Amino acid sequence: MTFLNLDHISANPLAPEVKDTMIQAIRSDYHNPSSQHQAGEYAAELLEDARQKTAQLLGARDPKEIVFTSNGTESVNHALKGVAYANKEKGKHIITSNIEHNSIHRSLKRLTSQGFKVTSLPVDEGGRVDPKEVEKAITEETILVSIMHSNNETGTIQPIEEIGKVVKDHHILFHTDAVDSVGLVPLDVQKLHADLLSFASNTMYGPSGVGGLYIHQGTRLFPLLDGGTQENSKRAGAENLIGILGHGKAAELALHNMDSRQKHLTHLKELLLRELPNYIDEYIINTNLDHSLPHLINISIKYIEGESVMLMLSEEDIAVATKSACATGSLRASHVLLSLGLSHADAQGTLVISFGQENTEEDVYRFLGALKNIVDSLRAMSPLYKKADQATTQQ
Amino acid sequence: MYNKVVMDHFKNPRNVGEMENPDAVGEVGNPLCGDMMHIYLKVKEDKIDDISFQTFGCGSAIAVSSMLTEMAKGKSLEEAKQLSNQDIADALEGLPKNKMHCSNLGADALHQAIQDYEARRDGVKLKEPQPQRKEIHEHGEGENCYCPYCSVELDEDSPTFCSACQSDLGEEH
Repeated sequence: MTFLNLDHISANPLAPEVKDTMIQAIRSDYHNPSSQHQAGEYAAELLEDARQKTAQLLGARDPKEIVFTSNGTESVNHALKGVAYANKEKGKHIITSNIEHNSIHRSLKRLTSQGFKVTSLPVDEGGRVDPKEVEKAITEETILVSIMHSNNETGTIQPIEEIGKVVKDHHILFHTDAVDSVGLVPLDVQKLHADLLSFASNTMYGPSGVGGLYIHQGTRLFPLLDGGTQENSKRAGAENLIGILGHGKAAELALHNMDSRQKHLTHLKELLLRELPNYIDEYIINTNLDHSLPHLINISIKYIEGESVMLMLSEEDIAVATKSACATGSLRASHVLLSLGLSHADAQGTLVISFGQENTEEDVYRFLGALKNIVDSLRAMSPLYKKADQATTQQ
Repeated sequence: MYNKVVMDHFKNPRNVGEMENPDAVGEVGNPLCGDMMHIYLKVKEDKIDDISFQTFGCGSAIAVSSMLTEMAKGKSLEEAKQLSNQDIADALEGLPKNKMHCSNLGADALHQAIQDYEARRDGVKLKEPQPQRKEIHEHGEGENCYCPYCSVELDEDSPTFCSACQSDLGEEH
């Protein structure tokens, strides 16, 4: 049986053109872009070309506003800690939401231990932050608001334009973690009113190990790494040129193929949603379908546990992600799912299915067929299913 | 993630399903991750004549249930009482350390089923079972802390590290 990847939120394959670009780069033995000789200058030109393409993808006015990093996590750490340390004389209050990625959550926890205060906003039933709540939370001490563009577990997209406007009306810095959005949905840093925006190349079929941070010109933040003058002195250390060139190609492809990619992914997602009730019953859709990434669905299947489903699908060479407590190192139910009001038992049965460009309609049916059998056999084993069944019969 | 023995019991669980007219039932749940396990017994001459399980939980919870039923079948009640979580984990040739609590769940369910049998036999009303593990809490609330992985009571001096299973724990545990 061939491997079926329905876990693109964890890893996207490299686009073939990206692979070619990177292999070419490996063979070329490019020099250090910081070197002043011809070989160095040629490497710098290539680096700047990748920066230019990224700026275009994000709607940044000046390519200098793009800083390459090693991944989304580094970008987020840079944005939050860089702003906090550089602006602590102005204030020590930061606003965020309850559903952020751990890179945000734990960076802010670190800052809290250093005297910063954090307000974490809840989400509504649809999994979204209310811009009015953001405005209410702003104080004279607030130096930064950081709200994610789309959630990596539910795929729900936040009203970032509206939130950005509120934040900018108060002349406060605004960061959005757009790691799971950039390259998948069209976005423009001007329209979002973002001073800082984090992204990762793998989301757009580029390599892992390359991420970036958009920093609006004039934004005051300290670098995370001290050292040389690479990346306009905003991120010291020799650049990962091979990766960045692969990323440049991925950004170019994302820009040119945005519409067709979105159409394909949305089609597969809608097909899955339409067919799902023909295969299984009693499930909850945790994704806000009116505002969501084109490729991701988060569902909780009642009376069974997600890791078991994931393992059984894996036996059939199908990869999906789960957000059950059992599958996490901390054994804690997902903070994102609990924020949506899900019970611990329902959160246990959560699967995250995320499509990619290479997926087909047949893949959707192969997944559904396998899922049905697995759900049936796990429910036959589940004491919760029996109890629910008895309750229905008694009614 | 899991070894071959665990995967075998997960994929081909033994003695699954609700039992008709059992002599005793043990029901336990894990407050930490929401798992639930039911053990059904038929007892003849103080020996476990038949045993089956139903489990809502992860791969290791299912494998633990399955292995437990194989180990307990045919044992006298006194022998079965001696069966510990470590015995089950050893028979499975090891569990990932953050899954050790699943084996506790198995041993608890079996012991509770035996208690239920003895209570029914002796005509005694069974007391509500006391949960052995505590809910997650923020450390510093003035109560004893337990390791979420292996349930051992944590040392007051190092409440964020479990010396029994060598797990690093956060402030919440």
